[in-house]
Amino acid sequence: MSRTPLSQPRRSFVARNPSVLVFLAVLALFTLLVTGLSEGFGVGLISTSFVKTLGKTLTLALVAVAMDLVWGYAGILSLGHFAFFGLGGYMIGMWLMYERTRQIVTDSMANATIPPSESEIVDAIGTQIFGVVGSSEFPLVWAFADSLALQLLLVVAVPGLLALVFGWLAFRSRVTGVYLSILTQAMTLALALYLFQNDSGLRGNNGLSGLQNIPHLDHVPQSVLSIWFFWASAAALALGYLFAAWIVSGKFGSVIRGIRDNEARVRFLGYSVEGYKLFLFTVTAMIAGIAGALYYPQAGIINPAEIAPIASIYLAVWVAIGGRGRLYGAVIGAVFVSLVSTWFTGGQAPDINLGFYTISWVDWWTILLGLSFVAVTLFAPKGIGGLFDLWAGFRHPDRHGADLGPDHGALREKEATE
Amino acid sequence: MLKRILLAACAVFLLSLPADAQDETGPMQAILQAHSDIILESSRRTIQPAIDAVAGSGLPQAQAVLEAWQARDMWYRKADGLFFRAEPGDDGYLLTDFDTGATAGTAPKDALDQIKPNSGIRALIGTALVTFQLNDPDRTRRADALASLERGANADLLAPLRASIEPEQDAGLKARKQRLERLLTISYDPDDAARVAAIGDMSGDLGVDVRATLNPLVATRLQVFEGAPPETVNVARRLDSGSDALSRDAAYAMLVEAGLAPARITPASLREALSANISDGAVAGVPVHTMSDPARRIEAYNALAAQGIVPPYLTEQAVDDALAAHRFAAIYAEPSPAVTAAAEAALQRINTRVGLNQALDLGLDAVSLASIYFLAAIGLAITFGVMGVINMAHGEFIMIGAYTGYVVQQVIPNHTASIIVAIPLAFAVTFAAGVALERLVIRWLYNRPLETLLATFGVSIALQQLFKNIFGTQARPLTAPDWLGGSLVLNDVVSISYIRIAIFVLAMIFLALFLFVMKRTRLGLETRAVTQNPGMAGAMGINPGRVNMLTFGLGSGIAGIAGVAIGLFAKVTSELGQDYIVQSFMTVVVGGVGNIWGTLLGAGLIGGLQKGIEWLNPSNTLAAQTYMIVFIIIFIQFRPRGIIALKGRAAGD
Repeated sequence: MSRTPLSQPRRSFVARNPSVLVFLAVLALFTLLVTGLSEGFGVGLISTSFVKTLGKTLTLALVAVAMDLVWGYAGILSLGHFAFFGLGGYMIGMWLMYERTRQIVTDSMANATIPPSESEIVDAIGTQIFGVVGSSEFPLVWAFADSLALQLLLVVAVPGLLALVFGWLAFRSRVTGVYLSILTQAMTLALALYLFQNDSGLRGNNGLSGLQNIPHLDHVPQSVLSIWFFWASAAALALGYLFAAWIVSGKFGSVIRGIRDNEARVRFLGYSVEGYKLFLFTVTAMIAGIAGALYYPQAGIINPAEIAPIASIYLAVWVAIGGRGRLYGAVIGAVFVSLVSTWFTGGQAPDINLGFYTISWVDWWTILLGLSFVAVTLFAPKGIGGLFDLWAGFRHPDRHGADLGPDHGALREKEATE
Repeated sequence: MLKRILLAACAVFLLSLPADAQDETGPMQAILQAHSDIILESSRRTIQPAIDAVAGSGLPQAQAVLEAWQARDMWYRKADGLFFRAEPGDDGYLLTDFDTGATAGTAPKDALDQIKPNSGIRALIGTALVTFQLNDPDRTRRADALASLERGANADLLAPLRASIEPEQDAGLKARKQRLERLLTISYDPDDAARVAAIGDMSGDLGVDVRATLNPLVATRLQVFEGAPPETVNVARRLDSGSDALSRDAAYAMLVEAGLAPARITPASLREALSANISDGAVAGVPVHTMSDPARRIEAYNALAAQGIVPPYLTEQAVDDALAAHRFAAIYAEPSPAVTAAAEAALQRINTRVGLNQALDLGLDAVSLASIYFLAAIGLAITFGVMGVINMAHGEFIMIGAYTGYVVQQVIPNHTASIIVAIPLAFAVTFAAGVALERLVIRWLYNRPLETLLATFGVSIALQQLFKNIFGTQARPLTAPDWLGGSLVLNDVVSISYIRIAIFVLAMIFLALFLFVMKRTRLGLETRAVTQNPGMAGAMGINPGRVNMLTFGLGSGIAGIAGVAIGLFAKVTSELGQDYIVQSFMTVVVGGVGNIWGTLLGAGLIGGLQKGIEWLNPSNTLAAQTYMIVFIIIFIQFRPRGIIALKGRAAGD
């Protein structure tokens, strides 16, 4: 707060946050590299499925940025952000599934002697989608499923509204710390259990499937489609990162960091702590929803198990391993852990033969992850991002405009150099 | 002299007796001979007089004859036409006389004919036998006969049952016979007044069999009448089409089925009729490509109907008129209005009492669920409630306890002994695990509660996977000792299994133990001191590190014992703890942190709530959990610090 006294000229956003420029450059380079090596647009070194994995990883990085905002900057350990992520996926999945089924139904009815009526088509779609849960009626939640624009709106509106209502209830009764974590975990569990029911209207534990087939884009091969989604994920991550960096760099950022460090003191200073927290909680839920809406078309399927509380805890794990309180840390954590996790659980890691016992990484990876997580918490609270501080230590600190320390307290910069 | 004559006469008589028996036929053989032709014919329609004659002969051997007949052991000797019981022997068949029970020589198989009663005849013989069995001197046989009657009876058995009540000596059997007599009277007595009286007698009884007897009496079927229903039928209630009980479509379908109205043209048959009549891209002048509009389809169909090609399309008005012209009613299968009225009234009374008892049963269920939650949460009440350490691996300590129980059972096969060993062992194992966790991880993080949450979560997933690697993914059984099997049955509605009672008792023991340790021991005093102010406690000579370690170990050890208890009724898997961890934290938070009575109330609230919601929506336990959690989130709004909130300095921040 004291870094930019009124007397000094306000420096530009980029100048104050050099890491943003670096991050965006790295992201752009990475995107170009993947595009050039992909099957759809380049030499084909990277398979389509791996492009999808990378695209999914970028969306996970986006939700990790949201998590970092709410946890690393505001100190709210939310165990519900992956539920918002899943809700976003459900919202886009409804349109994808509806429109795709509609296409199939219309095609199959096109050869009928009598052209189908509107209600016949809707009935056939209903039977196709809900036959698996023993129903054929469209539940109320599918009311807007035929409109892409409305469902896209719901991608942000539904997680946002849930976060708003839940956050308002939780923050106004001053639930903080671990209590809030447990409460958000309970909310996540309730949502997952609700979606597991067959009569929730979202196909129970079958979830929504076939989401990788984008309606009206049948002529586009998956190799090209995967790159499109990769670009969209990269763009969303870039925008999300910029937004997050902007939000934490100004006065708002100072206030939420203050709330993290001493909530009561900020309240006594006259800030509406609840308002700040609620705004941040809701906005990050919306970002999580957008990330989910980009993730699940690449994954192809969404079911309630994805929303279970453990997923949200893993999200916190990524942010913690990457380094809380710095946005690039969240990205590094999400990318690193989810890629390494894919590598280990995919059976690609070589097994270690100890003679009497063979360590198969498919079985032992979770244990390694759990223990390394304990280790990071105990020994490296700054996470992987903390490594960048070492590099920062080699440079001369940038003192331009700052005061010159106790010995030269009375001197201004200009006087000191003279 | 006289004496001698008498003796001689006696001797002659005695000597001549077997000769008589061999020459002349005995009384039972005579009866059988009298009905020889129908016995040999062996037809269900004509056999009854023969059975009646044997059963009604009053001879002591009648039961044996009927049993042999029913078991296909009665054979017919072709040479002289006599009936014997025959069994395959070394050379031919060994014959036994029915009257004397003496062997009557052997005969080759081709000299005999087996009487083979079919199942219908065997059932008739069985009915006749019941009379004998119900009055059998052997109590077990009477009880068996009664039990078979309770499983299934018919109208013919009512009279023998009634006759057997009076001579019955055994009080228990007599009561059962009287009860069954009442039930059979309700079902089969020809006299309506007697049935109504019997219904009245049974209307206070909660037994499932009473409801099973009464329910067929009030069973109804829907029927349609052109005018008012005739006097001869027993009308349960009138129904209006379009009401909840009878939808408009269902009502019209009844009309169609009864042949009182033409079938409606369904959209499918309409489509079919239209596609069958396409000519030149149009149906009756309506172009096919416009037919995505339902109105155009009907237009085309009506044009077809006007040409007489298809039956006319029924308008909604026509359907309404047809429905208005008929009356619908639910008709009792039972013709007597007095009986159905009495049965309805009795069922209503019974259902009220069943409802009350179900509420009681539900209450017991809720208490048992609450004690499970309490058991799972009591360890947390120490580590989280008292110490303020959030331990996400608490569920895994429960799991470790359950697996300890399983391993002990592999070593000690006796279930009672293994449980007795498993409980202290589970405590020891999880106590050690808790101490290790506290020393290695948690004590570095006392000032960073959120990071404790994450670090212990890491421990939790590592432990889960470790146990999955060791024990596999399939569920392992932890079998309860036999004396914990079964349930305490109060009546047909209310029952509770002994395991649940044991868990309730265990929960109460732990409550007492917790209170004792916290309020009466040095460790409890030191724990409370360290929790309130570690620095001051240290200044008083307490070693906070040691106290924290022991307290955490105690909480973890109790989780281990809870694991053994939970493993007894749930399958032991590596995910066992996961199922309880959120509910356990909820229990502690709702109850109020730092107060064991609060935890108790919290467990009661959550258990009762979950059972209550399940009762409102019994098909869906997932929904019950969902709504319960939503309720808890709202509850926290009004009491953020739980039911029992600490006040003053003890509340800490």
